[in-house]
Amino acid sequence: MFENLTDRLEGVFKKLRGHGILTEENIEEAMREVRMALLDADVNFKVAKDFVASIAEKAVGREVSKSLSPGQQVIKIVHQELVDLLGGDTQQIRLDGRQPVTIMMAGLQGSGKTTTSGKLARMLKEKGRKPYLVPADVYRPAAIEQLQVLGERIGVPVHPSSTDMNPVDICRMAMDAAAVQGCDTLIIDTAGRLHVDEHLMDELKEIRKAIHLSEILFVADSMTGQDAVTVADTFNQALEISGVILTKMEGDARGGAALSIKKVTGKPIKFVGIGEGLDALEIFHPDRVASRILGMGDVLTLIEKA
Amino acid sequence: SRTRETFTYQLDTLFLGKKEIDAKLLDDLEELLITADLGLNVTQEVLDHARRKLKRKELSDPNSLKLALKEKLKSFILEYQEDATLVMPDEGPFVIMVVGVNGVGKTTTIGKIAHKFLRADQSVLLVAADTFRAAAVSQLKIWGERNNVQVISKEEGADPSAVVYDGIAHAKAKGYDVVLVDTAGRLHTQANLMEELKKIKRVMAKQLDGAPHEVMLVIDATTGQNGISQAKLFNEAVTLSGITLTKLDGTAKGGIVINICRELKLPIRFIGVGEQLDDLRDFDPDEFIEALFHSADATQQ
Ligand SMILES: Nc1nc2c(ncn2[C@@H]2O[C@H](COP(=O)(O)OP(=O)(O)OP(=O)(O)O)[C@@H](O)[C@H]2O)c(=O)[nH]1
Ligand SMILES: Nc1nc2c(ncn2[C@@H]2O[C@H](COP(=O)(O)OP(=O)(O)OP(=O)(O)O)[C@@H](O)[C@H]2O)c(=O)[nH]1
Ligand SMILES: [Mg+2]
Ligand SMILES: [Mg+2]
Repeated sequence: MFENLTDRLEGVFKKLRGHGILTEENIEEAMREVRMALLDADVNFKVAKDFVASIAEKAVGREVSKSLSPGQQVIKIVHQELVDLLGGDTQQIRLDGRQPVTIMMAGLQGSGKTTTSGKLARMLKEKGRKPYLVPADVYRPAAIEQLQVLGERIGVPVHPSSTDMNPVDICRMAMDAAAVQGCDTLIIDTAGRLHVDEHLMDELKEIRKAIHLSEILFVADSMTGQDAVTVADTFNQALEISGVILTKMEGDARGGAALSIKKVTGKPIKFVGIGEGLDALEIFHPDRVASRILGMGDVLTLIEKA
Repeated sequence: SRTRETFTYQLDTLFLGKKEIDAKLLDDLEELLITADLGLNVTQEVLDHARRKLKRKELSDPNSLKLALKEKLKSFILEYQEDATLVMPDEGPFVIMVVGVNGVGKTTTIGKIAHKFLRADQSVLLVAADTFRAAAVSQLKIWGERNNVQVISKEEGADPSAVVYDGIAHAKAKGYDVVLVDTAGRLHTQANLMEELKKIKRVMAKQLDGAPHEVMLVIDATTGQNGISQAKLFNEAVTLSGITLTKLDGTAKGGIVINICRELKLPIRFIGVGEQLDDLRDFDPDEFIEALFHSADATQQ
């Protein structure tokens, strides 16, 4: 439906060809179209509203360039602004500082924490680190075994947790066990939980108190809708997350949740998951996701060249 | 308890104390509906419907507006919701094939549905046709233990169709009432995996007339507009017959199913409201629509 945001913006600017400036009036109309595109991409209602308002301000009074049509120019402005908001330059995992490095995964049920733990372990191993996988999900049936299977596939040791143990104790013991095994990077997989589940949110806070955490990564499903802001905000308030990983990005979701989460937490999106395989983890590219949210992949590269 | 009843919030700040319908109220309603993941189209449609009624002076106060909106939304669901209960065949096992994208709650829902049938004195067999995801078979086996029912499975990496073949054969031989088939999560855009699903379905049909009797799509309540694409593509591949909406115990409203019902005319069978055996409820349209209108602010006060 929004493959044609460009067309629709051209419609808005029919009368404004070649020269002139973007006025408050025609921008307002254009922004209505942009807002619709954002909402259709699952950008949160309020986030979309603020975003559109701030862009309208920036666009008014700009001269319409010769090489771009007004519609293209607006898209260029919107796209650039999206890229800036989504993170500017890409950020990776912090591996310096206090050792061992400890990375905890947190997020809603089924978002992809366990799989992503495996993917990250594989990636770090390839970089020459010695990862140690720590299953701290004692609730979901076969969660520990799931991580064990993944660890085996990539040749990374997995802490021998069991379901009768308490997740906080598991993490404490894993710190020592990792040292004994000569591992320098712990990746802690936690159980999926609802942000409104106080008891389980407290559990994560306790882990954070019990051991030093270098990174707390919030793992979110890229297909998430409007609720992404509430969830991300609550996790961030409770834990002060250090980054975000968006999963299942190889599908056809427009991924507006990325913008919502970035906006409410201010935390960088570090990686995206693009498949079930353990090699399906990529660095986050704000420009690609911006294009995707606008629903217009290649059109943009053309505009950018202009 | 890990679950939380989102349906019990009675407060409704949006309409509270309002005497007139003004532009602000309509704007707020737009926000409420979009925020519940109903999507632009449905939201515009119901608001236009309300505006037309307003013009004809059929609505006098915020309350009647609210009622009109609820009725309109319910009509989208109700068209095919009259009776969403599963109807079992007169004889032979009742086969339910559960499908959906990754992590939505298929395996857990199967555990819960098994419990439901057991309580109705039906014998239940589980079939572990997710041979792909790490420890998926073990996960289903644990649900089998919790329900004290048998699970048919093969080793990880086995052909899922072969597992299904064995499962149906066993169910027929032993006279099981209900067979619940768990499939691996897959994105609807993965053509080869959708082909695999078609094959699983063919194998069932070949072995048992009328099977699968239900092809159930599981949708996660936190899903946004992508839910439409999920439903359409799964429907194209294996012709869906019902929906279960999971994770309604969080703050997401699951409004996307209204869209799905409207587009695909599918009944919503169950809702998932937690991770335990009995956290499955029959879908109740009234309750669901009511919950949509309880704004997030209301829950925080
Ligand atoms: N297509 C796709 N599937 C993914 C991706 N990441 C994870 N998954 C799948 O999503 C499902 C859930 O992944 P898990 O890693 O078990 O998720 P989790 O967050 O650990 O789940 P809980 O522990 O139950 O909360 C599995 O089927 C994974 O294979 C991804 O990037 N793409
Ligand atoms: N809060 C809540 N969690 C649920 C509900 N249904 C399932 N879950 C959780 O969601 C996560 C994923 O559930 P699964 O049943 O493994 O999902 P799946 O669709 O089988 O996943 P894959 O087979 O990996 O595609 C688990 O942590 C479940 O406990 C629900 O109704 N509410
Ligand atoms: Mg997990
Ligand atoms: Mg499963």
